[in-house]
Amino acid sequence: MAEKKIMFNDAMEQLEEIVRQLEQGDVPLEQALTLYQKGMELSKVCHDKLQNAESQLVTMMKDGKEVPIDIEMGGNAK
Amino acid sequence: MSTDPYLSVKALTKYIKKKFDADPHLRDVYVKGELSNVKIHTSGHIYFTLKDNATRLPGVMFSASAKSVKFKPESGMTVLIRGDVSVYEASGQYQLYAQSMQVDGIGDYYLAFEQLKEKLAKEGLFDALHKKQLPRFPKRIAVVTAQTGAAVRDIIITLHRRYPLAEVVLYPTLVQGAGAVQSIVQSIQAANTSNYDVLIVGRGGGSIEDLWAFNEEAVARVIVASKIPIISAIGHETDTTIADFVSDLRAPTPTAAAELAVPSQAELLEKISSYRSRMYRTVSITISQQQKMLERLTSSFPLAYPERLYRPFIERIERATDSLQRESLQYVSRSKEQYRTFDHRLKSRMPLQQIRQSETDVTELGRRLDYQVNQLLKDRQQQLSSSIRTLDALSPLKIMDRGYSIPYIEGAVVKSVTQVKTGDSLTIAMQDGMIQATVNEINPASKGDVNDG
Repeated sequence: MAEKKIMFNDAMEQLEEIVRQLEQGDVPLEQALTLYQKGMELSKVCHDKLQNAESQLVTMMKDGKEVPIDIEMGGNAK
Repeated sequence: MSTDPYLSVKALTKYIKKKFDADPHLRDVYVKGELSNVKIHTSGHIYFTLKDNATRLPGVMFSASAKSVKFKPESGMTVLIRGDVSVYEASGQYQLYAQSMQVDGIGDYYLAFEQLKEKLAKEGLFDALHKKQLPRFPKRIAVVTAQTGAAVRDIIITLHRRYPLAEVVLYPTLVQGAGAVQSIVQSIQAANTSNYDVLIVGRGGGSIEDLWAFNEEAVARVIVASKIPIISAIGHETDTTIADFVSDLRAPTPTAAAELAVPSQAELLEKISSYRSRMYRTVSITISQQQKMLERLTSSFPLAYPERLYRPFIERIERATDSLQRESLQYVSRSKEQYRTFDHRLKSRMPLQQIRQSETDVTELGRRLDYQVNQLLKDRQQQLSSSIRTLDALSPLKIMDRGYSIPYIEGAVVKSVTQVKTGDSLTIAMQDGMIQATVNEINPASKGDVNDG
């Protein structure tokens, strides 16, 4: 399992790179399988991160400090 | 009572000034003309001459009024001025005191906008070179806009809906009215002290005057100086601000700004699933290709008929074995032949003959040696007998026969009278015996008769 610490964008970029490499078609089989496995893990990480993203942290700078704000989100959030 | 009919210059001028000031038409005049000799004093007062093709009128605009002028007055501009006409006593000149000034034909906002735009364009601030790249997946987003209103709501809701991974921080900012410029500048600078990936500067709709702060040079410069890429959502379609020009990306609405700032979650999920299927497809293709290749190889000629692989080797071994046997037999027979030849040659040169010859030679030589030795012995014996006879003939004994005797003293032959002294005993050998005698007298011979002794 890929470590959970990975940043979404790094995971996404790695995933894209893996897809690109695989699609180039000159990857040896073992490596292709390893890449595939790694790619599926990254895909899951990305997917989960997006799906399970907790409601974003919306803050406001007030007197140089961040304070939470409550914006009326309307009906279509989540 | 003075009857001096002459007025002082000052008094006359004062009188005239009073007349001017009393005239209601001159208190609030609207006048149109072309600016010339425009001088902006460091104090902010603007001095100018207003003219048309016939007449010139000196004018002044004090700094308090000049501040509200949105454009920079320049010679040649046709302007609309509202003010009053009065007399400047010190020079005795009447002049126009301008309260407000507008460019004729176009709004002064527009002119100010065009002027600043031209200035900044000349500095190259709109060049693509200054545009920063926006990150694909921003982690932290700063929003500079008013705390309330549709803009902030639109931005935050859109960011949330599209990309919930990003953290959003709002910098509450005055975007219109007095203090807006300073507030915008401060917010952008404050956001730049923290690590954001993108900054959205936005505002809701409003009139051109409402968004004026975004046409101010200070705002433009702070946007250019920002280390964080800035998306502007200020103008509305037709109204473009200077801030829009210098921003890294311009959005038509706050919602559009948020959409430009982050990728769409739905699209990303779709992309991820497409990546999955593409990976699956390519890997399956790879596997099936490898499988096919394996099958092809398995059914290939050498693997299908493995015995054919070693057949040539067997043949080679057999050939080699055959030739080895043949060669070794030939070798043995050749060796035998050689042996025989050499044996024959050896035997033909046996040294028996030589031995026999040598035996004969040895015998012959022995015989000759015996002969020679006997001969030699015989010769030596004859020589010896001869010598003995000669010796015998020469013997002293024979001499003594003839009357000689030999005196000895103490065993030694006395050959000289000096060997003896009177009284010595001498032994004298004779031919037939010995005489013991004593020396009585010694008479040495004279020199002449020694040899006779």
